[in-house]
Amino acid sequence: MTNTLHRFGNAESFRDDYVVFAIASKGKNDQDALPKLRRFLEIALEYKPVNLGDARHGGALRPSRDVNPLSHWKRDVKPDFEAVIRGLDTPTTCAAVFDNKPAAEDFVKRIKEEDFGLSVNISTSIDGAEQCCHYAGIPRHSVGYSLGFEGKTEKLPNSQVLMLSTMCGHGMISHQLARKMIDWVKEGRRTPEEAVTYLSRFCSCGIFNTSRGKRILMDAIHQKASEAPVAAEHAK
Amino acid sequence: MRINPEKCVACGNCTYVCPMEAIYIDPITNRAKIDDDECVECYACYNGLSREHLNPTLVRTVRRVLKWARVRFDPEPDVCPTAAFEPNELTWPRVVRRAFSDPRVPHESTGVEGRGTEEVKTNDVSGRVQTGEVGFTIEFGRPAVGVRLHEVQEMCFALARAGVAFEKKNPITSLMTDVSTGTIRPDILGEKLMSAIVEIKVPVSRAEEIIRLVWEVEKKLDTVVALGVGVRCDSAGEDEIVEPILARLGYKLERAKTNIGLGRLNAAQIVQMTPEKVTA
Repeated sequence: MTNTLHRFGNAESFRDDYVVFAIASKGKNDQDALPKLRRFLEIALEYKPVNLGDARHGGALRPSRDVNPLSHWKRDVKPDFEAVIRGLDTPTTCAAVFDNKPAAEDFVKRIKEEDFGLSVNISTSIDGAEQCCHYAGIPRHSVGYSLGFEGKTEKLPNSQVLMLSTMCGHGMISHQLARKMIDWVKEGRRTPEEAVTYLSRFCSCGIFNTSRGKRILMDAIHQKASEAPVAAEHAK
Repeated sequence: MRINPEKCVACGNCTYVCPMEAIYIDPITNRAKIDDDECVECYACYNGLSREHLNPTLVRTVRRVLKWARVRFDPEPDVCPTAAFEPNELTWPRVVRRAFSDPRVPHESTGVEGRGTEEVKTNDVSGRVQTGEVGFTIEFGRPAVGVRLHEVQEMCFALARAGVAFEKKNPITSLMTDVSTGTIRPDILGEKLMSAIVEIKVPVSRAEEIIRLVWEVEKKLDTVVALGVGVRCDSAGEDEIVEPILARLGYKLERAKTNIGLGRLNAAQIVQMTPEKVTA
């Protein structure tokens, strides 16, 4: 699974965050899903995603098992989308991340035409997903709402750290690393472009949105805190 | 997980990448150490850090010289310079930690990676949540706070007392010794996990009652809770039943996962299925 539901932020903060993923249901339609999932990723590439990934192998930016010491001075930070497609070897959740609505809308429309028979979900603001469906001429089948974080929310960090770290829903991006990257960008020790590549490599499903990450880091420099409260609002 | 003290050079990079903040530099040995009780075996350190294979003695010498000269080397923050992380062979009950924390490991009970659940993501094929029903995913420990299983059990007890049935294809349900009471096997209650999801389904008429019950129980827990609410839309793609309930309870809905209904059963697999399983 990709775990994109509880990304932190208000609806406005998802204006550049559209995760479209395909998934087969175990025992129901997963037998011949692999070539369809691979085709899903290949088609996504035509719409210029900011990330691609599968839940087993990760995204377009991955950690290296044998880093060259010179990489401390000159590291390749280009996402390798083709490696994601080549590496897909088992039916699992495959995701494409877009940073603009037109690309997401066109991709969803195209996927409808391809008719793979796999479940396809859009994870973004409720309105954003509705607009994608409307554009593609598809009525929504089901919706999974996020009600936000509750309970001991005092254990959570500030909203900017949370917006970065929750772009991996499995918790692989630590709050500390997100905070460190905000500090490093503020101090001028790294650019926002470099900082998001470090964060993205920890996301094991390839759903980290590098465009949104850069924007959040830039906002952090200028102290623009999110208006969204960390704790869910409800009538307790 | 363990950090090989022969290799560790105490660079400190790993102390920032641990989601549970379980890694620290031991001031006595000057090596990175893992607090085993806090570690959830998520493998973020092992899988997420890139690995260099430098000579530890050489690196320590360079670091000592730089420290003496008050010069700070500014290395890449996501690299372990000596590949010092080594996975332990996990045995029961510790292996439960990894199953619920490392997203690349499929849950044996469901065969699904991540937190082991399909929820409404495959509802167009599974038919798990039908019109007039509400599917709840109650996730504990997310984001990156962690949870002990005895806290998950507290919520399961309360839900069971309310007469709610747990989703069968769910990793937490598979660890219960008595699903009628929500009792989880006792030998794993102390284990700490990155997060865990309890899944239930109720008629729409009980949605508010369940949410209020969750509010009551979560006050007693030492972790965070993330609630997800899954619904089947009507033929026009609208949800005019559950969304108003959530609004009435004070929730401002920002984000959702929208299943667009393109999935269908595989004909060959339908043949292999018994009639009662074909529910969608």
